Amino acid sequence: MSSITDIFQTMSYGPAPEAPGRAEAWLGTHEGRFGHFIDGVESEPSPAAWFDSINPATGAVLAQVAQGSPDDVDRAVLAARAAQPGWQSLGGHGRARYLYAIARHVQKHSRLFAVVESLDNGKPIRESRDIDIPLVARHFYHHAGWAQLMADTMPGAGPVGVVGQIIPWNFPLLMLAWKIAPALAMGNTVVLKPAEFTSLTGLLFAEICREVGLPPGVVNIVTGDGQTGAALVDHPDVDKIAFTGSTEVGRLIRTATAGSGKKLSLELGGKSPFIVFEDADLDSVVEGVVDAIWFNQGQVCCAGSRILVQEGIAERLVEKLQARMETLRVGDSLDKGIDIGAIVAPVQLERIRTLVDQGVAEGARMWQPSWSCPTEGLFYPPTLFTEVAPASTVAQEEIFGPVVVLMTFRTPCEAVDLGNNTRYGLAASLWTEDINVALDIAPQLKAGTVWVNCTNVFDAAAGFGGYRESGFGREGGKEGLWEYVKVTHVEPPAGVVAPSPVAPEATPDASRSPAIDRTRKLYIGGKQVRPDAGYSRPVRDRAGVVVEEVGVGNRKDIRNAVEAAHKAAGWRGTTAHLRAQVLYVIGENLAVRTDEFAHRLEGVMGADEARREVALSVERCFTYAAWADKYDGQVHHTPYRNVTLAMPEPIGVLGVVCPEESPLLGFLSMVLPGVAMGNTIVAVPSELWPLAATDCYQVFDTSDLPGGVVNIVTGVRDELASVLAAHDDVDGVWYQGGADGSATVERLSAGNMKRTWVNDGRRRAWMEPAAGAGEEFLRQATQVKNIWIPYGA
Amino acid sequence: MATRGRQTYRTPKGGSGLIEQPHTAAAQDADRNPGLPLDLSWVRDVRVNRSAVERRAQSHTRRRSIKGIWQAAWYLKATTLIDLTTLSGDDSPGRVRRLCAKARQPIRLDILRALGAEEMRPTVAAVCVYHRFVEDAVHALEGTPIPVAAVSTGFPAGLSPLSTRLDEIRASVAAGAREIDIVITRSLVLTGAWEALYDEVSAFREACGAAHLKTILGTGDLGTLRDVGRASLVCMMAGADFIKTSTGKEPVNATLPVGLVMARMIREYRDRTGVAVGLKPAGGIRQAKETLSWLSLMKDELGPQWLQPALFRFGASSLLTDLERQLEHAATGRYSADYRHPLA
Repeated sequence: MSSITDIFQTMSYGPAPEAPGRAEAWLGTHEGRFGHFIDGVESEPSPAAWFDSINPATGAVLAQVAQGSPDDVDRAVLAARAAQPGWQSLGGHGRARYLYAIARHVQKHSRLFAVVESLDNGKPIRESRDIDIPLVARHFYHHAGWAQLMADTMPGAGPVGVVGQIIPWNFPLLMLAWKIAPALAMGNTVVLKPAEFTSLTGLLFAEICREVGLPPGVVNIVTGDGQTGAALVDHPDVDKIAFTGSTEVGRLIRTATAGSGKKLSLELGGKSPFIVFEDADLDSVVEGVVDAIWFNQGQVCCAGSRILVQEGIAERLVEKLQARMETLRVGDSLDKGIDIGAIVAPVQLERIRTLVDQGVAEGARMWQPSWSCPTEGLFYPPTLFTEVAPASTVAQEEIFGPVVVLMTFRTPCEAVDLGNNTRYGLAASLWTEDINVALDIAPQLKAGTVWVNCTNVFDAAAGFGGYRESGFGREGGKEGLWEYVKVTHVEPPAGVVAPSPVAPEATPDASRSPAIDRTRKLYIGGKQVRPDAGYSRPVRDRAGVVVEEVGVGNRKDIRNAVEAAHKAAGWRGTTAHLRAQVLYVIGENLAVRTDEFAHRLEGVMGADEARREVALSVERCFTYAAWADKYDGQVHHTPYRNVTLAMPEPIGVLGVVCPEESPLLGFLSMVLPGVAMGNTIVAVPSELWPLAATDCYQVFDTSDLPGGVVNIVTGVRDELASVLAAHDDVDGVWYQGGADGSATVERLSAGNMKRTWVNDGRRRAWMEPAAGAGEEFLRQATQVKNIWIPYGA
Repeated sequence: MATRGRQTYRTPKGGSGLIEQPHTAAAQDADRNPGLPLDLSWVRDVRVNRSAVERRAQSHTRRRSIKGIWQAAWYLKATTLIDLTTLSGDDSPGRVRRLCAKARQPIRLDILRALGAEEMRPTVAAVCVYHRFVEDAVHALEGTPIPVAAVSTGFPAGLSPLSTRLDEIRASVAAGAREIDIVITRSLVLTGAWEALYDEVSAFREACGAAHLKTILGTGDLGTLRDVGRASLVCMMAGADFIKTSTGKEPVNATLPVGLVMARMIREYRDRTGVAVGLKPAGGIRQAKETLSWLSLMKDELGPQWLQPALFRFGASSLLTDLERQLEHAATGRYSADYRHPLA
């Protein structure tokens, strides 16, 4: 035992333990064993199966937790289904009262939550106490507000229904809050499955639900492993799945839910860049790295795990980082004086070790501080890799541990290239004292969140979620609410799209003199292009007469069109005003040719209907021209001294598979919103009557639409849709067609986790402005990036 | 103006604040900051991001919790780092003598005994007074190694004629002050007149002779943390032995973010020159608990060698009472009251 005089000399830090007594007493009230929380009561698993929940800092068993079976999941879904109408009909204010009460109760029991969280997960009590739990309360308060305001701010929006939610072990209660608060606010009921390593705070939360008198069945918590999660994903009576976890599992869920009609939001892995420019405050950068990768032991999906530093200051930064790493303290999660706690489970520790070994084997230089970690419990020291190249495994793989790699760049442009050189796109952090650099680089980074001169900052008012294989959907902010609603007034009328009718064959009237032959080619990169395969097929009118031939596009044509669309990416950098002008001119030129387009449509519809379709098409051009410079972002009120910009950004290259019906209006309704928002498009028009679309390319050419912004590939629609959906350089696919085609598109999209928007075989009323156009299209054509910009002279 | 060359790295100076170890100016001369020629490019390179600094300062206090006997030891350490100060218009010889008596024995003996620290016989690091009372203080501290520090150069505004300010330093040194706390001319920082600031501080340093020079930046007047950083650097280049936050008379005094910026500049200076310069937060630090934040910040940002009177001081007066209260609590387990502790 040290004496005061000894300590006076060494000035060492002693232990500063948070007392676990209350938490242990709470675990004791359950006699160390927890059932599920179903329909408002604790419920034994059936069959009776349990597993241990371990304190990773000590190895001690904290409690036994129920292993959820498909039957358990079924009971929970049933309870949620039964509770949903009542919960919805409670109205916004009624739901707000409950969410408010939950927030208050989380605050009242904040220390108990924090201690249980740190015991169960291994994270430092400082983090659970100062970050996780306050954010949980904040999330419920904020969403109590959204419940209150739903009717006013989201007209026409209604709940999705029963939501299945699966959350990870790194922020157990916080992820629960991110999932449950918006779902409940919007009138949904939930079945939530915590991660098997960390179920306890979820079960404590269940008690809060009881305390506040939440109606039974509104929140159900079923514990268990991946099989339990799979049962929830596969359950036919779940309307939506929300998942946070690995990209690997996210991909499985995307595939499993394909064609089910379930709404899906995924928040997946990351390998987020942490970009340091030469004019940054380097000492603050070092603390930024601490917050980026030594927060929660680096087990953070948005951890800044790739430091990219401007070459001239790299050496200095490494010195400073190493000096800082020497003063980090690793230890028991309940010690109030540590920086880094325990790794959640042996399997995770093993993964970290394996990847670090691999990094060393591949020749990267590994550096760890001179002190050693506690030998009991699951600990891993902060680790820095230098002499790393983008090709190194440790620079590509998400390690999910306190391990950071450092690479250099020379110019801002190279910083962006390296920053985006990843399949992920969850977050990025950039450090510079130059506002010009910051505001130039932030929009160029492919990431759902960009932190300027800060990192790992979160708030309920700002959306969080990924680009690319980091998933889709947002959590937080108004942008996050859309994941939990259906926009009911544009809900397409139910009714299955008929399989493509085959026009009867007929022979043209031989007595007339033949028309000049017109053969429609593909339209790629602003040019008319013969199809790669060299095949054409006849297009027949409703009388069965061959009107023209169109090219039959194949995979290579899609490939070429996607490349052309990428080359036209400058479109996103044009001003919204310019995009609006081009769209107005398209409308103008279409209007001039009304007779011609209407006459052509008469091949498949009546004369009046054809004129109406052309008129509505002109109007739709105006609609999206109007929206182009009005669908803008927000400045979120996050509780920090900063500006949080929520910017809608184009998805990128959008594959657009157009409906069979309304061959002109449907085509333009699918193409124009993407164009207005700055996307570039590969469109597959109606298979039966592609001429309305192919006629448009002359309109585009004469309207100053740059080549490659819209590309048109005719052919067998569903074949081409599959090629688009499986193309890893396509960022999103919209599909209007049959249920099978919808399922195929969703399934194939899992390759690069592209965003999909399909109709599940349900016809959309294109003629109705509320259904055939509007903000839903713009939301689907954009993804929201939140840019956090703290300020302070 | 004399300029001084670069120094090679050497171990930073020591000293413990305990009465057993002599604490004389002569013993420390070799460890003084010789300064550097003014390096303007370095000054201009200073970057300070306020939000990030504030975040670090805030997070730091939550990352380091010091409890039990560690807390008692750290409070005792904090006691030995105090420049016990009186700088009031109504100061008098009697008031200064009372202060010096407390400086000699800042913690009641029975408390020390209960903590097993009786043999340590801690004292404060220095007594800090206006020039007029230097001789009284020196007299009152005879027989102890406790140095007397004098605030100088037209404290607190620092706007007297240069010759007057230099004379003031010389007079205090002649009266027995071993440490001189000067105030810089804030307008030189506010207008970016770094050469003039450098020259001024260099002149002060020369006037100090063997006495140690502490430069008060008046951070509450400086407007930005970046200017705090730049002023810190220029003062160190000009030969400051300590950089000090505030006079205690500005509306905002020693805040942790300001201290963090200054500590980082000290670190940068040490890394580039090998010379260790001290830090003195002053003004507004009244609670014992705050000392833990400051000391742990110094330990983590600069290293444990900065937890000694040669490199760290608290400019404070009422802080001592709270430290003594908390130490009594550590000794007895009961919360203490102010009146139980002898007044300074």
